[in-house]
Amino acid sequence: MPDVEDYGSFETAWCPGCGNFPLLKAVKEGLAAAGLEPCRVLFVSGIGQAAKAPHYLRANLFNGLHGRALPVATGAKLANPGLTVIAESGDGCMYGEGGNHFLAALRRNIDLTVLVHNNQVYGLTKGQASPTSGAGFVTKAQPAGVWSEPFNPVATAVSLRAGFVARGFSGWGDHLADLIRQAIEHRGISLVDILQPCVSFNKVNTFAWYRERVYDLPGEYDPRDWEKAMKISMEWGERIPLGVVYRGERRAFDDAFTTLSEGPLAGRNTDRDLLERIMDRYA
Amino acid sequence: MRRTIVHSVGDSAFNVLIGGEAGQGLVTVGQLLAKSLVRSGFAVVVTQGYQSRIRGGHNSFSIRFGGGALAAPQEAVNLLVALDQETVRIHGGDIRQDGLVLLGEGLDPGGLASLKVPLRELAEERFSNVVALGAAASLLGLDEEVVVKAMSRTFGGRKAGVAEGNRNALGKAYQWAAAFDLPVESPPAPPLVPLRLMMNGNEAIALGALSAGVRFCAFYPMTPSTTIPLALAGWAGEAGLVVEQAEDEISAVNMAIGASFAGAPSLVATSGGGFALMTEGVSLAGMTETPLVIVIAQRPGPATGLPTRTEQGDLEFVLHAGHGEFPRAILSPGSVEECFQLTRRAFALAEKSQGPVFVLTDQFLADSYRDVKPFDIRSLEPVTAGSPVAGVKVPYERYADAADGVSPRLLPGLTEHLVVADSDEHTRDGHLTEDLDVRRQMVEKRLRKQEILLGEVVPPSLEGAGNPGILLVSWGSVKGAAEEAVSTLRAAGRSAAAMHFSQVWPLAPGQFLEIMRSAERVICVEGNATGQMARLIRRETGFEVREKILRYDGLPITPEYILREIQGGG
Repeated sequence: MPDVEDYGSFETAWCPGCGNFPLLKAVKEGLAAAGLEPCRVLFVSGIGQAAKAPHYLRANLFNGLHGRALPVATGAKLANPGLTVIAESGDGCMYGEGGNHFLAALRRNIDLTVLVHNNQVYGLTKGQASPTSGAGFVTKAQPAGVWSEPFNPVATAVSLRAGFVARGFSGWGDHLADLIRQAIEHRGISLVDILQPCVSFNKVNTFAWYRERVYDLPGEYDPRDWEKAMKISMEWGERIPLGVVYRGERRAFDDAFTTLSEGPLAGRNTDRDLLERIMDRYA
Repeated sequence: MRRTIVHSVGDSAFNVLIGGEAGQGLVTVGQLLAKSLVRSGFAVVVTQGYQSRIRGGHNSFSIRFGGGALAAPQEAVNLLVALDQETVRIHGGDIRQDGLVLLGEGLDPGGLASLKVPLRELAEERFSNVVALGAAASLLGLDEEVVVKAMSRTFGGRKAGVAEGNRNALGKAYQWAAAFDLPVESPPAPPLVPLRLMMNGNEAIALGALSAGVRFCAFYPMTPSTTIPLALAGWAGEAGLVVEQAEDEISAVNMAIGASFAGAPSLVATSGGGFALMTEGVSLAGMTETPLVIVIAQRPGPATGLPTRTEQGDLEFVLHAGHGEFPRAILSPGSVEECFQLTRRAFALAEKSQGPVFVLTDQFLADSYRDVKPFDIRSLEPVTAGSPVAGVKVPYERYADAADGVSPRLLPGLTEHLVVADSDEHTRDGHLTEDLDVRRQMVEKRLRKQEILLGEVVPPSLEGAGNPGILLVSWGSVKGAAEEAVSTLRAAGRSAAAMHFSQVWPLAPGQFLEIMRSAERVICVEGNATGQMARLIRRETGFEVREKILRYDGLPITPEYILREIQGGG
């Protein structure tokens, strides 16, 4: 069985005290708990401080373009269904630039794990509003405060009946590691929206701000109840629920392609009789 | 208004144009007639003109056929099959003096020689298009059984009553038309020839991709490219492909890159506007060194332009698409056969150079059915994605230095090695870096791969001898028209040659510059308004192509168009 050490330890480009550090630790713990060897895991990330995270552990990695982690992850998963594919990036990348891909991936319910570092701000470009910034959040780009309603990824995912929808907090490491393990083990799309304070550019949603508000969904909460999940997914502000918000029963998109039951698309033989038969249809 | 008609070698060919509204079944009639001609041993070149609507408007399906090889469309019409009045109005001027209009009894031939078909007498209204088919096929002297067989393949799956109705309507039309002859005879059926296929450019691209080992295709529907992914989707189950309609073109190209990274030979197909959305992904394929085949079926722009017409306006766009510097190759098929062969070549080049390779075609070729000699598809080798694991240096580095710039490409999850790829500038092991010495080394490593592509450039073809009086230079779908124009000029005693580029990037001047210099007049023939190929030749060689024959009204370049321009310009 692999352990956390197998996932390595690297120097990072993050600020001291960044919410990404405990998050990275929880990712490694979740992977180890799921019993996955690094060479069986593919991370796909976009651009942003969060998207650098997979560079700081040992696994296969495709670090692509801003907003485009999910399409690359989708293509890779469909090419090799045996890979555990994890798309990891920030709120700007997944919910802003990649918003259309986020909706499409949820609708497909493809077997991907989606880890979103949600710090409600753009860090790498130094402090502009993100799609999840609260209304009134003041930045140099939004000096009068954010006008738009914040995007609610959890409610969006539940409304589309995505396979597995959870919210974690990087201040709750063990809890988060367990959510990540469950997300990886779920077949179908699994979203873990991770509250991750940005200590440099978000002076509102700090570790202390989150700690005062977050609570664990109680044991009797049934994540299979879609209507209750919709209601819980809308809870934000004074109290913020953490844990598995929704678990659906939809079939994984991967099952739509019967050929994938035969394994990876790489290295397959071309059926030359079939080629000839197909060509003959044009006779 | 009657246009000046320049007769070309087409005098031995015969042109049937079927016109009507969308929804009247004229494409079905056209396909059946073309198929029957091919099965009777004729060569065909189909030109489809349609509007961006599902019903109504004016559509045309023209079939030029003959006993010998044909490779170009023809403007002059021998037989006009008018399913509506609009067809007579639009195409009446294209009818040759010895031509004929075949039309329903309610329509007005406008003084042209015509034959009115008693549609209502022969069949119910819903079978009118089959009556038109039968009358035309009978006049052309096609064996009724050939048409019946083609029809049973198309309508075979329909309800018994429909198939029977079609069969009866065809028989009635044949009986009726037996009493009439064309003003001039259509070409006689050639002696028995080996079996030919009937295929359009997009179908040949899809089949070429299949034989090359394509395993993944993502697309967002866009005319005139959509029938490529649709053909692949039709084969996906039996051939073990994954074809996915993405949420947008940005997603499509990124999905294909992800699939290719994971080992599936991958293709995307689109047109100009969709490709505009893909350009960031082209750059990503260049930076991450991921093989990718991108098919672009051009249509007139800018913006939405003329969505269903043809143009060659995106050469410079495709050449420059994607930020940053990285190698690429652009293939530009000139025939349906080349669509098949060059798509196969694109897969091989993409894998070999680990980057993006383009197939640049257009609406005319995409939709143009031709008779095609069956490919020796059994003996053609597919590509193998990735490099063998044996012999890779440990620890494995995805971007290990290599003399030719090509690093061993392992596939993630299929070995115990870790594969790391990055869109940031990266170290040899694939992790992002801002080390500026590494940056310089990586730029040079990527650009060294251009030499591989340069070593495999498809040489331009030359029809005719060196030192010609007129050298027509063409690329992409214009090939057939330019070559036919040249043979007409030569038949009239003029010194002419045709040079065709089936690959427009990279260019290898050693393959063509001397021939251009040896010609008295060099004329670039292009389907765009500014002469993009002429400009590219000058940029790469310093040779100025002084004359251009350009077309940008949405219609394909024909031999007649070229000859008119040459005659008009002296």
